[in-house]
Amino acid sequence: MNLTTPPTLWSLSRLTASILIGGAVLGATLGVSSQAQAQTERVELLNVSYDPTREFYRAYNQLFAEHWREGHDQEVTVRQSHGGSGSQGRSVIDGIDADVVTLALAYDIDALHDRADLLPEDWQTRLPHNSAPYTSTIVLLVREGNPKNIQGWEDLVREDVEVITPNPKTSGGARWNFLALWGYGLEQFDGDEEQTFDFVRRVFENVPVLDSGARGATNTFVQRRLGDVLLAWENEAILSVEELGRGDFEIVVPAQSILAEPPVAVVDANVERKGTREVAEGYLEYLYSSEAQALAAQHYYRPVDEAVLAEYIDEFPSLDLFTIDEVFGGWREAQTRFFNDGGVFDEILEAINTP
Amino acid sequence: MSITLARRRVIPGFGLTMGFTLLYMGLIFLVPVGAFLLYTTTMSWETFWHAITQRQVVASYKLSFGASLVGATINLVFGALLAWVLVRYRFPGKRLVDALVDLPFALPTAVAGIALVTLYASTGWVGRYFELFGLRVAYTQLGVVVALTYIGLPFVVRTVQPVLEDLEAEWEEASASLGADRFTTIRRVIFPALFPALLTGFALAFARALGEYGSVVFISGNLPFRTEITPLLIVAKAEQYDYHGAAAIGTVMLVVAFAMLLVINGLQWWTSRRHG
Repeated sequence: MNLTTPPTLWSLSRLTASILIGGAVLGATLGVSSQAQAQTERVELLNVSYDPTREFYRAYNQLFAEHWREGHDQEVTVRQSHGGSGSQGRSVIDGIDADVVTLALAYDIDALHDRADLLPEDWQTRLPHNSAPYTSTIVLLVREGNPKNIQGWEDLVREDVEVITPNPKTSGGARWNFLALWGYGLEQFDGDEEQTFDFVRRVFENVPVLDSGARGATNTFVQRRLGDVLLAWENEAILSVEELGRGDFEIVVPAQSILAEPPVAVVDANVERKGTREVAEGYLEYLYSSEAQALAAQHYYRPVDEAVLAEYIDEFPSLDLFTIDEVFGGWREAQTRFFNDGGVFDEILEAINTP
Repeated sequence: MSITLARRRVIPGFGLTMGFTLLYMGLIFLVPVGAFLLYTTTMSWETFWHAITQRQVVASYKLSFGASLVGATINLVFGALLAWVLVRYRFPGKRLVDALVDLPFALPTAVAGIALVTLYASTGWVGRYFELFGLRVAYTQLGVVVALTYIGLPFVVRTVQPVLEDLEAEWEEASASLGADRFTTIRRVIFPALFPALLTGFALAFARALGEYGSVVFISGNLPFRTEITPLLIVAKAEQYDYHGAAAIGTVMLVVAFAMLLVINGLQWWTSRRHG
């Protein structure tokens, strides 16, 4: 007993000492870091976006954080969420506390107003260019050497051509594809709806798979090697050519296509509650700066800033672009008429599958 | 009555465990299912009927129930065979095979779906040989059956295995020594003993296949009227904010699946009484 006591005491005191030293070190570190925090405030934003913007916003978030740090003494961290545009919109309605939404089409943001009153009805007028800081269009992606010799929309109805496009019911990109086809048909047949319907039906007869999202369709075409032509966002198509399989694919730019405007908006109800309105608005406004516009162009989105577009003009071939407002009277109209249950798309499916 | 019941029970704590069971079932199962059924009742009968009888929806029932039945039947036959081999024979790597059987449970279904479609696509390792015979698996109804067979594999094996382990070889020897030929032994001795387990395994595999979504969407091609399964249709309806339509179709799935499980359970009860 006696023998063991001294070492125990000794080790106890050593333990106490190390706790004291450790505590002091820890305290010092905490003190330092809390001093640092007193100078710059931390802010967190959540940007709920759609599938193909992943790479662009990863780069933009960094650019914006640097920009915001200068004037505001705030350290901004932006969290990102990606998925099919429709389901992303739905998760915001169901309560994900997104500060900003950057979705594939205006209808998905309209739904935030219609179904949950998260932002005002006129949200699209709050930022320039219909709240779309970058645009894109729908092009045709074909295999190397264009073995089926596909030159434009008219070739999609040929019997030897298999067309890959996602399901317009679930994919925002697919709705743009559908409307691009329909718009072409109207132009081609002098506004004859019946012939246009027939044209689009024949295209969908050539569709072997309907993926639920744009990325899924790209994978079907690129990885599974299914189909002869993929209807794709221009930015997705260039990405596929540049990064997924260099030399395996070619882009065919049709003479005419739709101007796709993926809009952005602040979710008022959420930023009011979280007190992040100023930084959220700043985040979206800075998308229109020339730095951000150049970044969008580098990620294959067409910048709305004319000067920046001129710089990158070689990337973006010129084609005849029509807008959804001109041809279809806006997204709400188009959604009701074409994509809701019992709409034109359902009629096309019925027509194809009626023996 | 309650006194005699209380006396018969050897293990104490019935009240506590039963209370907990009810609460647990309530929270985990009854509340969500009840809420969803309650939501369905907010629809008028006409809209409900219209939602569940659209041609596209009916085509998806046929595929979902049909492919699930086929998948479960394939698993019934081959699952029983696998269980037999695993119980009755010794061979190198037996434990490995035994462990592999559970893999479909553990592997995320999306991974399974992507793996299957990579194999069975007409450019895939397996699919290209099917292609030689003009047979397409990926993006056809056959692909749906393949996926549903894959995810249902463990059920029959795992329900039959323990029963087979208890079924001693002496029974077969006794049967043989009493003059039965091999077929009679299987028909009169082995099969009746295994039948309830086979049914349970079949029912579980069928129910699992009916609800499967993750792996099928990758391999089916999702074409309305042709390769669209009912769970996908429910998701598509929900994505379009048509919660009523989604709930209505969900109710049909629930009721039919429940009825089929009830029938299978009844059948099991009946056979166990007959052979018991």
